[in-house]
Amino acid sequence: MCLAIPALIKSIEDKEAEAEIGGISRRISLWLTPEAEVGDYVLVHTGYAINVLDQEEAAETLRLLEEIAELGGEEG
Amino acid sequence: MRFITEFRRSDLAEGLITQIRHRSQTPARFMEFCGGHTVTIFRYGIRQVLPATIEMVSGPGCPICVTANADLDKAIALAQIPEAITATFGDMLKVPGSHTSLQELKADGADVRMVYSTSDALNMAEENPTKSVVLLGIGFETTAPTVAASILQAADKRISNYYVLSLHKLCPPVIRAILDAGEVRLHGLICPGHVSTIIGSHPWEFIARDYGIPCVVSGFEPLDILQCVAMLVAQVEEGRSEVEIAYRRGVRPEGNQEALRIMERVFEPGPATWRGIGEVPDSGLKIRTEYQHFDAELAFDINPGPPSQPEGCICGDILRGVKTPVDCRLFGKACTPQYPVGPCMVSSEGSCAAYYNYGEGL
Repeated sequence: MCLAIPALIKSIEDKEAEAEIGGISRRISLWLTPEAEVGDYVLVHTGYAINVLDQEEAAETLRLLEEIAELGGEEG
Repeated sequence: MRFITEFRRSDLAEGLITQIRHRSQTPARFMEFCGGHTVTIFRYGIRQVLPATIEMVSGPGCPICVTANADLDKAIALAQIPEAITATFGDMLKVPGSHTSLQELKADGADVRMVYSTSDALNMAEENPTKSVVLLGIGFETTAPTVAASILQAADKRISNYYVLSLHKLCPPVIRAILDAGEVRLHGLICPGHVSTIIGSHPWEFIARDYGIPCVVSGFEPLDILQCVAMLVAQVEEGRSEVEIAYRRGVRPEGNQEALRIMERVFEPGPATWRGIGEVPDSGLKIRTEYQHFDAELAFDINPGPPSQPEGCICGDILRGVKTPVDCRLFGKACTPQYPVGPCMVSSEGSCAAYYNYGEGL
């Protein structure tokens, strides 16, 4: 029910955006994320972007998990 | 898909599983609050790869499952009003109320429509000016701001045939209620990811501080859950109880301030009744007086009568984490996803549906 899917913002018009979700274009609302810009990934829930995904944090998490995998789960 | 596939990498999962197996010495029971997490845990067989020291229990984090029959009956009564269109999210259709379900009403000719977006309901009101459109406002803090935004949009556009039945529920107060009841002893809480996207991680701090239970906010991919469990295990083994975020790409400690502001503008906290748990103060959201002309409960005179409960159904106990679906004598026999008796079998995020769909306990 709280499912939210990452979407790439392609264009913005007022409080609405054209966004790509898994190759499909959809109109979403930016009422809850006025800071969103073209090129941002947002989490979409019931047609509304509920936040702008933090790409640096995503990369940082993956780096940490790669480190754990390389160390055979010993550290991290 | 970006931000999804990379969080399903099996090589990274192996690293986390090894780490969890190395570090986990103390027996610990972790609750995943959220039904979305329950689905990930079952779909990826996460229970099977965890060491015997770790027990996972499902919590009440499925908004459809926790909606009490008295509230379901209100939704069903609204759907019987002539010239009304009921707009609802999918899983609600099949949930049996005390006497019937929305799906049965729809089969008998009631105008009940499934929507994917809150905005669809608002558009429906604009396109059908002679009818009343009632959105069934069911959901947690993730959904409530989108419904609040739709009410503000309706006010902006002076749409006067749009109504919301606000059955929204708030998560932190119900966790407090469950912990205070003392029926289930927890050593860690997997906090809901997208609820926390909105409210942030601070509202969980009372659990770590007052109850000494480690809390980690998790995302919904298998690596998110495994990382979250690894962080809970680390807290347990190190004797810490703190609030941490495993889902940093999707959750900031302060949450989404704009969404909170919009939610608070339209709604105020009020009591809510949770299935199996009862009335919990300040765990619901009521439409504020300023926007009360959008409140379906005030706009329509409905009297659904006293609610009744399905005989033998133990959804309430399951939602509190006290029992599991296999403890229910109806499970997989009288109650299946095709002919569900209780809501935990209807909702795809319900514990009973997860057990059934992934063959556990059958």
